Amino acid sequence: MEQNFLYNWFGDGVITYALLVTIPLVFLLIYALVAILGELKIASWVQDRLGPMRTGWKGVLQPLAEVIKLLQKEDIVPDAANKPLFNLAPYVMFTGAFGAFAAMPFAFNFVPAHLNVGLFYIFAIGAFSVIGIVMGGWASNNKYSLLGAMRGVSQMVSYEIPIALAILAIAALAGSLDLQEIINQQGGGFWNWNIFGGYGSFWKILVIPFTLSLFVIHFVGGLAETNRIPFDIPEGESEIVAGYHTEYSGMKFAMFFFAEYANMFTVSAIIAICFLGGWQSPFGDFLNQPAMQAFWFISKACFLVFVQIWLRWTLPRLRVDQLMYVSWKVMTPLAFVCFVAIAVWSMLR
Amino acid sequence: MLIDYSVVLVYLIVGVLFVAAGIVTAALIRPSRPNPRKNSTYESGEEPIGSPWIQFNNRFYIIALAFIIFDVELVMLFPWATAFKEIGWFAFWGMIVFAFILALGLAYDWAKGLLDWEKPNPQIPSLDELVITREQYLDELKKKEQTGN
Repeated sequence: MEQNFLYNWFGDGVITYALLVTIPLVFLLIYALVAILGELKIASWVQDRLGPMRTGWKGVLQPLAEVIKLLQKEDIVPDAANKPLFNLAPYVMFTGAFGAFAAMPFAFNFVPAHLNVGLFYIFAIGAFSVIGIVMGGWASNNKYSLLGAMRGVSQMVSYEIPIALAILAIAALAGSLDLQEIINQQGGGFWNWNIFGGYGSFWKILVIPFTLSLFVIHFVGGLAETNRIPFDIPEGESEIVAGYHTEYSGMKFAMFFFAEYANMFTVSAIIAICFLGGWQSPFGDFLNQPAMQAFWFISKACFLVFVQIWLRWTLPRLRVDQLMYVSWKVMTPLAFVCFVAIAVWSMLR
Repeated sequence: MLIDYSVVLVYLIVGVLFVAAGIVTAALIRPSRPNPRKNSTYESGEEPIGSPWIQFNNRFYIIALAFIIFDVELVMLFPWATAFKEIGWFAFWGMIVFAFILALGLAYDWAKGLLDWEKPNPQIPSLDELVITREQYLDELKKKEQTGN
């Protein structure tokens, strides 16, 4: 097992721990600022307008201005709300979103916590956001919030089944829940990625349709998990104002917002790890040094975040019954079939 | 391995501290001038009527039940996924039986219609029902005259 390079540099002390937490946190902050700007700019380019142009050069300082605005906003707690739960919900949301970064493998020698159940851990801690949503929505004592929370919970639990089946299939293919192990097996070029059936002989082309459909299932389920369009019925603006965070303002709203962007990255990163080879270079050993590995990992995840943003400004919102239909009657049976097929393949491989 | 879980613990603590730091910093900068109007529940400018904590569509409950059954069974399959290659075909067929029962449950829910989201079925009146001809109108008038007087 590769040692984390921070242990080699700084030993097993406080500095190592501090850096293990600080590096991903700083990365997350920078990523969130870039993603907010990206969202604004991509939205405006899709809709043939300029987007923010006044703050800084071509509006690049817009996310910073948004942060300052949210810091200065008054924090309104409704009199009718259940105050302890109302105040606790942003903590649950953000801690769940940030906790997933503990097992994020950025490179072969940099993963903050090398867990042997990393895949399962990220999946489990992702469920924190369900609790945060229902907590915030219920405690607000607002009809829009409660409707949004109920919709959000039913949607997120429905889509957790196909996603769980997809990552179960990947775990069966790799024979491990260790993220580094899963990534290691996908080394040696992009044709060994799990989306193309993992490593194996020529006959792996038989399994490619199944892995490809699992990739699509996982991505669509990921959209639903993060409440992004076309699955944004928990916060559909034209129906229920802002859904579960209608009553939140100021920094508490900012934490919900931040957690959503962190979740987008987490979902994209899991898809990148499971199907697109994680930090593996697409060209085998070429450009596969640790720094380049971090680059590949982040660009794969950010590309998927870009696709999420792109879809948001392209597709209309689904209805609740369509949502349930897609999850339970299309994606779950399909994921089942793919899972069994991949289990057979990994027995024969 | 244990040291890795202590990193996870540090992450959770830092996550809580980060939110706390954000909220405390904001509390030092932001204004705080609450008034009853501002702190009332938002309902698009209307006075809220009744409590939002009401009975809910029990479809949500059924979805939650189905989810729990599926999720528990999937959790059982995760250890299997890491070990079945060493155990061999016996473990494979064991999983197939297990997954078959799971699939049977889904088929049962499906056949019972528990996965269908109830759609509103409004009775839209047709034009023929709304519009009556002159003859029909005169007939109705005649009937009214005969019965009414």
